[in-house]
Amino acid sequence: MDQTYAFLMELVKPRALIFSFVFVGALTWLCYQFSTKITRGRVHGSAVAIVVGLILAFVGGMLTNGKRGIADIPMFAGFALMGGAMLRDFCIIATAYGVRMEELKKAGLAGVLSLVVGTFVAFVVGVVIAYAFGYRGTVDLTTIGAGAVTFIVGPVTGSALGASSDIVALSIAAGVVKSIAVMILTPFLAKPFGLTNPAAAMVYGGLMGTTSGTAAGLAATDPRLVPYGALTATFYTGFGCLVCPSICYIIMRMIFG
Amino acid sequence: MVIYGVMILGLCMFLGTAVGLLLGKLLGIPGDIGGVGFAMLFLVFLTNWLKGKGMLPKPTEQGMLFWNAMYIPVVIAMASIQNVVAALNGGLVALLAGIVSVVVLFPLIRILSAMAGAATSSFGDEEADAPAGAQPKKA
Repeated sequence: MDQTYAFLMELVKPRALIFSFVFVGALTWLCYQFSTKITRGRVHGSAVAIVVGLILAFVGGMLTNGKRGIADIPMFAGFALMGGAMLRDFCIIATAYGVRMEELKKAGLAGVLSLVVGTFVAFVVGVVIAYAFGYRGTVDLTTIGAGAVTFIVGPVTGSALGASSDIVALSIAAGVVKSIAVMILTPFLAKPFGLTNPAAAMVYGGLMGTTSGTAAGLAATDPRLVPYGALTATFYTGFGCLVCPSICYIIMRMIFG
Repeated sequence: MVIYGVMILGLCMFLGTAVGLLLGKLLGIPGDIGGVGFAMLFLVFLTNWLKGKGMLPKPTEQGMLFWNAMYIPVVIAMASIQNVVAALNGGLVALLAGIVSVVVLFPLIRILSAMAGAATSSFGDEEADAPAGAQPKKA
């Protein structure tokens, strides 16, 4: 057993990225089979694959107590590179090839507006829920609200305002829940809520914001929507980091003292 | 050559991220503001310009389309490295804050996208079952 493991590690470890390509390829095939045969095409193959990916992340986290899901299992270390921010952003940029410029121009203003609305609504929801659960400190409320914006805005705001580490951890958890919720809910809610065209995708990107959430949510809905949604979503975290520790905090101080 | 396409993608990524990082520094926030978004805009303008000049041959295009097609596999890998355990351990506050902030925003899509011209919005490739990011017929 130990020898088999050592052999496998010798085989896989220096080729970690290639191993992740092979593994994701096999997983994708299985999930697309599941999608067509079991769900009869009702659930998109990539939606199934993304949910399975999240389950793998959960298993990895439980086994290793790490923060990077399955990538903390040595055999799967290549996933950190394949699914990391560098390749993700590179592929997102590549999806912009073939985007219709007139769509970008037409939806530009609404895209900006949705960015502002999306940030403030998420912040307010986070604050209201934290307040309902008994949090009263202005810094705590602001940090948790910022976490509902994205899991990057939460800790950035928390450290700017000097929040305690458990509140920062809570804000990160809220942000991660949000991004997972976007991944899972988008394919189901897309049609009834009109997310079927480039203009709606730009608005959606601005409203939801979380880059990983919208990236996966749109991929599981209709890959043609991806570039439009990603374009506005990539401004969201930066915008949140800008307004949460400043404007939002000032308003919070006026309300809660 | 295929590498030219990959190079164009990479150049746009560096240009866009540089703009995003500088914007972040100007506004005094850590990280970049919309670096990927600026990179996407650069790519749209640059490839349209090159196409107009007839300087975007098939192999170059293939270098970009490969990474375009790798997007979903990369996203699946991304899902599998999320900190799902932390998300579930965050308790009810984290769960509710995360989920409610998504659910309340979905109804706004229709309202705001009506403003964005959703009625006339299209991918431009409706007649053909083209793959993601395929070049629209008349861009």
